[in-house]
This record gives sequence, structure tokens and C-alpha cells, in this order.
Amino acid sequence: MNIKIINLLITGIGETFYMVVASTVISYILGIPLGVLVYATDKNGICQNSFVNRIVGLVINLVRSVPFLILLVAILPFTRAIVGTTIGSSASVVPLVVAATPFVARMVEASLKEVNHGVVEAAQAMGSTGWQIISKVLVPEAKPSLLVGMTIAFTTILGYSAMAGFVGGGGLGAIAVNYGYYRYQTKVMLITVALLVLIVQIFQEGGLKLASYIDKRIKR
Amino acid sequence: MSDTEKKTKININNVSFEYVDKKSKYEALKDISLEIKEGEFVCLLGSSGCGKSTLLSLLNGMNKATKGEIRVDEKLVSGPGIDRAVVFQHYSLFPWLTAKGNVLFGIKQNGKNYSKKQRLELADSYLESVGLSYAKDKYPAQLSGGMQQRVAVARALALESDILLFDEPFGAIDPKLRLELQELVSRLSVEKKKTVVFVTHDIDEAILLADRIVVMEPGKIRTIVDVDIPHPRKRDDLVGKKKYEELHKKLITSFYNHVEENIYEEVFL
Repeated sequence: MNIKIINLLITGIGETFYMVVASTVISYILGIPLGVLVYATDKNGICQNSFVNRIVGLVINLVRSVPFLILLVAILPFTRAIVGTTIGSSASVVPLVVAATPFVARMVEASLKEVNHGVVEAAQAMGSTGWQIISKVLVPEAKPSLLVGMTIAFTTILGYSAMAGFVGGGGLGAIAVNYGYYRYQTKVMLITVALLVLIVQIFQEGGLKLASYIDKRIKR
Repeated sequence: MSDTEKKTKININNVSFEYVDKKSKYEALKDISLEIKEGEFVCLLGSSGCGKSTLLSLLNGMNKATKGEIRVDEKLVSGPGIDRAVVFQHYSLFPWLTAKGNVLFGIKQNGKNYSKKQRLELADSYLESVGLSYAKDKYPAQLSGGMQQRVAVARALALESDILLFDEPFGAIDPKLRLELQELVSRLSVEKKKTVVFVTHDIDEAILLADRIVVMEPGKIRTIVDVDIPHPRKRDDLVGKKKYEELHKKLITSFYNHVEENIYEEVFL
């Protein structure tokens, strides 16, 4: 295999990392408050508000219903407005964040729902305010579950990022499409597949290990 | 000490409570009135479903009375507050905090703005008062049920409120440990001059702890029994004494008669 392909793959790995990590981070920054909002405003939640709950829930469901490849194309004008271009890995971050944020919000909501209600009740009995319950009780208690969710979100975003390769997004996905699909270079494609699998495995293992390390609920 | 001299701490005034479902309504409490004096230890005794835990949830403010009102120090109870500390039936410690961390959480919530050094010292002293100094750095998952409830008691004490509410806290603990915990609560409530409301279905527990036992039947107070035995009490000293046996008999009669009626109603009517 020539040095050109190797260089290409190294750049591809870098681009994929950049896209996926940036998208994961940004969608968590946006998704955590959203997930907390949906959880807190739910029926019997700590700040029950069915109007807010329905509106936010509806928006989340709408975005989640659109297949990623279509969403990617549909929001091209929005992407151009933000990063100035529609090709390359930076341009892929925008649709990735748009698609992943509602997903992350639902993951966060599910993690918070797992928290034993007795613990929330105890905090309420000790006069905690809504904000204190979220920041000092719900988030710390849900931390292991949130981390597991994050590894799942990372894998999903990686999958999405490969799709972005079809419409000019960079990264390993683009390499697989351009060389494996358009030029029939099966070897290159297989290598990118192997690399993608490896990245997923590393992040998943790391995330799960970290989650079980910080989980105090498990007897050690 | 006569009760007339003592101030009323908790005033439950014609309180009713309904659980409302989509289709049905269930009246868990009907027109309950009860006055609890400062420093008094009251046990709410009754079988499952008689409304004793519901009454406690109204006291701590998790539920709101459908009718009537509850006042603490003449102030209307409108929600949970740090003037009333609760020890729950289920283990409700924060699993991501150590025993000491849990107690510190209570201290931080008590609104007294201690310095960090004071807080740490207080946390140690509360854990010591429940006999858990040696396990202060353990996480709840590393503690037995009895030890977890000790930490829960220490955390409730850490709120430094005048009132302690217990919701069947020792139900799931083995008899020997339960006795230790009962004696601990009895001793601490006298030492720290707390007003206590303690929910239980255990007659012996009620006699060991209470100044007054409120026997409940579904939705209502059946009778109130005074326990005229000086504190702190020890089970070994009580058992076999005439006064204890009389009380026990009286409570058994009022407790089980009603249970039999219930069974009768369910089976034959």
C-alpha cells in the first residue's frame, strides 16, 4: 500500500475524531439542559409544567423522526449560514449536532428517570430547591448512567459522521465512500471499516470502564 | 412534668386526605385532629394501609391535606422544610456520597452557615452519636441496612431541626439490630430534646419509644394510649413488668380486634 493512502487514512482518522468529538461535546452542552428540562417538567417532576414539556418533547421528536441523511441535506442552508461552507468536516459538525442533540436529550432524560425517587424525596425533605436537586442529587447520581449514554451517543454520532461522507463531509466515511464505493478499492474500504470498529471499541470500553469506576452503587 | 405547661409543637387540625386517581378517589384520612407537645415522642401505630404513613407525609409536606391544616410552631405547613427532618422507610442515602458526605449534605442544608472546619467536626460528632465513626468513609453500598439507617438518622440530626419524623425506619432490619436502633433513637431524642413522630406497625417498638401511642384504623384515630414509663427505656427492663404487660395487652386488643373486623368484612361481606 502506498504512502499516499496511508497519509489519507491518517488525515481521515484525524477528521473523524474532530467531527465526532466536537459534535459529541456540543450536543452534550445543548442536550443536557434539554434533557433536564424534559425530565423536570414531566408529570410529577420537580418543576411540573406540561406546556413546556409538550413543546420541547414535540421538537425533540420531530428532529429525531427525520432520517439523518435527509436532515443533512435539508439543513444545508443553515450549515452554510453557520460555518460558511457545506463541505468538509467542520460543515459536518453542524448537522451532526442538530441530529445528536435531541438524541442526547432523550438519553439524559432516560438516565435521570433511572434515579431512585427515594433519593430525590430525601433531598426534598431536606429543603433542597429544584436547582439543588438537579445539580447536587440528580446529576451526581445519574453520572454513571450518563457516561454509558455518552458512549452510546458517541457511537451513534460516529455512524452519522460516516453518512456525512456521502455529501462531502470529511473523515473515514468519506474515504470509504470515495475509494471503496466509487473506485472499487476494497482494500481501502476494509481498512477504514476496521479503523471505525477499532475507534468504537476503544471509546466504548473506555466509557464503560469509567462508568463502572465512578459508580458507587456497586459493591467493590 | 405536666403536659399543660409544654408548648404545642405540631397541631393537626381536622385533616383529611384523598388520593385521587383518574377514575377513583380514595379517602386515606378522614378528619384527623392531634396535638403534639414540644419534646414529645408520639408513635403512630397501625396495620398497613391505615393511613399512618400518609399522615406522616402530610407532616413532612410531601403531600398536602385535602381538608384541614397542619401547623408547626403555629406556622402553616405548605411543603417540605428544614424544620422537620425525615428518616424514611426505604434507604434514602445518597449512594455517591460516603457516610460522612451524606451527613455533611444535611449540615449544608440546615441553613446555619457553619465554616468548613465546623461542618467537618459536626459531621464527625453526628456519626459518633450513632456509633458509626469507624465507617465514616464508606459508601452506602458498603454498609448493611442497619448501618445505612444509622447514617440516615445522623443525617436527619444534622439538619438540626426540632422535629424528627420517622416512617417505619426499622421495618426491614433484623430484630437484634432493630432493638439497638430503637434504643439509639430513644436515647438521642431525649438527649437532643427532639419532638418525634414515629410511624410503626410494631407494638413493642411503640411501647419502647413513645410517650403517647396513637392507634390508627383506616383513615381514623382509633384510640390514644399514654405510656407512663420514664425514659430512657431498655427492652430488658420493660419485659415482664406489670405496666408493660398491661399496655401490651391493651394495644394488642385494640390493634387486632380491628384487624379481625377487617378480615371479617373482606371475607364475609
